[in-house]
Amino acid sequence: MADQIELVFRNESGRVVATLIRLLGDFELAEDAMQDAFAAALAQWPSEGIPDNPRAWLVNVGRHKAIDRLRRHMRFLAKRQEIEADLMSDHQIGQWFPDDAVAEQGPEDDVLRLIYTCCHPALPSEARIALTLRTVCGLTTAEIARAFLVSEATMAQRLVRAKSKIRDAGIPYQVPSREVLAERLDGVLAVIYLIFTEGYAATSGANLIRDELCREAIRLGRLLVELMPDRGEPDGLLALMLLHDARRGARTTPDGDVILLEFQDRSLWDKAQIAEGLSRVEAGLRAPALPSTYAVQAAIAALHMRAERYEDTDWPQIAALYGVLMRIHPSPVIELNHAVAVSMVDGPEPALRLVDSIDKRGELNGYHMLPAVRGELLRRIGRREEAVAAYRLALSGAELEPERRFLAARLAELA
Amino acid sequence: MQYLLLIYENEANRQNIDRAKMGEEYGKFTKSIIESGNFKGGDALQPTTTATTVRLKDGKPVTTHGPFAETREALIGYYLIEAKDLDQATGIAARVPSAKIGSIEVRPIMVYN
Repeated sequence: MADQIELVFRNESGRVVATLIRLLGDFELAEDAMQDAFAAALAQWPSEGIPDNPRAWLVNVGRHKAIDRLRRHMRFLAKRQEIEADLMSDHQIGQWFPDDAVAEQGPEDDVLRLIYTCCHPALPSEARIALTLRTVCGLTTAEIARAFLVSEATMAQRLVRAKSKIRDAGIPYQVPSREVLAERLDGVLAVIYLIFTEGYAATSGANLIRDELCREAIRLGRLLVELMPDRGEPDGLLALMLLHDARRGARTTPDGDVILLEFQDRSLWDKAQIAEGLSRVEAGLRAPALPSTYAVQAAIAALHMRAERYEDTDWPQIAALYGVLMRIHPSPVIELNHAVAVSMVDGPEPALRLVDSIDKRGELNGYHMLPAVRGELLRRIGRREEAVAAYRLALSGAELEPERRFLAARLAELA
Repeated sequence: MQYLLLIYENEANRQNIDRAKMGEEYGKFTKSIIESGNFKGGDALQPTTTATTVRLKDGKPVTTHGPFAETREALIGYYLIEAKDLDQATGIAARVPSAKIGSIEVRPIMVYN
């Protein structure tokens, strides 16, 4: 029973808090109300059973608990200031949050509103991530702190400051208007993708919470697809995350070393998730004007996933897609990935020329992946000494343990 | 809610701007926010070369020439506006003529309960 209740809480907390925020107009009040409602559920459900509509139960109880809190607070204030006459009647407080407001709008609208508020551009980027994970996904402050390798106190402060800014600067609790929706949607997708990449870049195999981040990001992606059915961008992002995540079982050795795509045991890929991802890729490419970068990256991932073996990968198509990506989202990192694809189609020499020209522009100075790619290409060409120098440079900049081990292994091979 | 819009521009660049045209745009903009009811106040400031900064040292006022800090972009004017929320306030800020070439800081006015 305790497990079932836990599951209900996990699945419903985002929607419950979103509705409570709309009803009560305040993050803190809504969160306190939800905690009170959970406590009441834990006390009553074991004997009464889980209600048919747990979400409605939690919202109603939460709302009443909030009204109770406010009444107590008003009485406390009145006692302190010895003002009896002007005390708002209990009935009047109840009228602030009438019963019919609950049913007025669907929980879906509330959650969408909540997501857009948590991802508002006026909040610092890390605050957007923390607030989304906390209020929409229901992760605890401690869990989020562990995932981002900061102390719980730091993360708690980050959340407090974010909610203060929402209140003090007047960040509205609403889905943005048509004119700015596309731009704000980009911002929401970026937050979700940041959560995913944070989890995907798992360094220590023992850190389960990072896997959890990928799960939450995918959950958010699915939620967004459901809530915004007339836009294709969320499908593109969901496809990309599903396809990357599907390789989870094959990416690392038991010791936590990285296994390159080239050498992964494809039988360990999650076939069901790949199928879902592939179906989403098509939907993602349907987006209004230009395809989103996520949709194109997902299409690239799809080509990898469709290949039975690494040798069967459709590299010319991948290189072409990188070309598209460079046009819609020019970036030196994408150019670097394009060069890798080119090396698979036209050989390492043309690719090396591309990489060297990126290097010359200096935009990727300090980015260790560039010398790592140069090292690979030089190794394939047979220019050993230069390859060693490039790998050494890459190693000096690499921070993640599995990457360092990989580069060190390459150096050992060439020694 | 009330917000202060702090208008920052790179003063070195100001010579390169057609100031007459800018003045016209400001006139139109101010008129539009008065009509919409958002305008509560606003002024252009004279350049930072006219600024004087006052601090107290050992309880005695010390005045020095210049703004409180030398920054690449300098405060050149402000508006006090009434807006229903931050999105409306930033929407208005984006229409301030200097937004094309400088930065507009949007700061909510302190409310005391």
